[in-house]
Amino acid sequence: MEHFTPISALIGGLLIGASAALLLVLNGRIAGISGILGGLVPPERGQARWRLAFLAGMFIAPLVYVGFGGILPTVVVDAPLPMLVVAGLIVGFGTRLGSGCTSGHGVCGIGRGSPRSLVATAVFLTVAVATVFVTRHVIGM
Amino acid sequence: MPQILSAFGSGLLFGHGLIVSQMVNPAKVLGFLDVFGHWDPSLALVMGGAVAVSALGTLIARRRGVPVLASRLEIPSRRDLDPRLIGGAALFGLGWGLIGLCPGPALVGLTFGPTGVFVFVAAMILGMAIFRLVPADWPQVTFRREASRVDG
Repeated sequence: MEHFTPISALIGGLLIGASAALLLVLNGRIAGISGILGGLVPPERGQARWRLAFLAGMFIAPLVYVGFGGILPTVVVDAPLPMLVVAGLIVGFGTRLGSGCTSGHGVCGIGRGSPRSLVATAVFLTVAVATVFVTRHVIGM
Repeated sequence: MPQILSAFGSGLLFGHGLIVSQMVNPAKVLGFLDVFGHWDPSLALVMGGAVAVSALGTLIARRRGVPVLASRLEIPSRRDLDPRLIGGAALFGLGWGLIGLCPGPALVGLTFGPTGVFVFVAAMILGMAIFRLVPADWPQVTFRREASRVDG
């Protein structure tokens, strides 16, 4: 429990929620990152510009954060290269097959009470917890 | 043009949320997923806060009926559960649990994280491209074949 950061977690969550609310109320779109990115692979006609603009906002966020005096958290990636490739492949494929990720299902879908998103979130959370349990406590990676 | 600006602003907010909550750090996410170890419940508060505000947004959007800048709401209306949803979510959970990166934090961490994030994002985009090769009715097609064999 020593790494528990409730205040920053809640503020960050509210910002993510505000982003999703804004995109829905203004543009009528779901702020699901895998869907926004996946719609660019390859780009769908007439849908590419707002998707690119959203992603540009995400890319620039760290710069703006630092510009206003924020200190970026350290990003620790502690995995061998082949595992990064395999995980990236299945996250990309899986989120498209399952129509969403943490944001699309977890934040937006649960936020509107979608049964599909509730089930999807329960499945990916359970599998992720089981995966961490196996890698950390069974195999001991 | 207004829709492009609002999408940009929304992405900017989303990125800040992931930075402030430290979700951009896979080690932090793995700490949340490690329920049976030194569990860090922070991510539950990120999700809780995000769902609350997103629910409010959905309420406002549905009351208005039409978005402020677009002609209609693009809200998914399906309610059925199918093998694609469950299988896709399970695959995503496996990849998420292996590294601690999901699509949003991976994209935000691309500009200031280690090269591992870049490798992950490149593979993720390739995974999305491979998905385009999958037939729209896969994997249900196998069920139908088996069913017809039983009937016939």
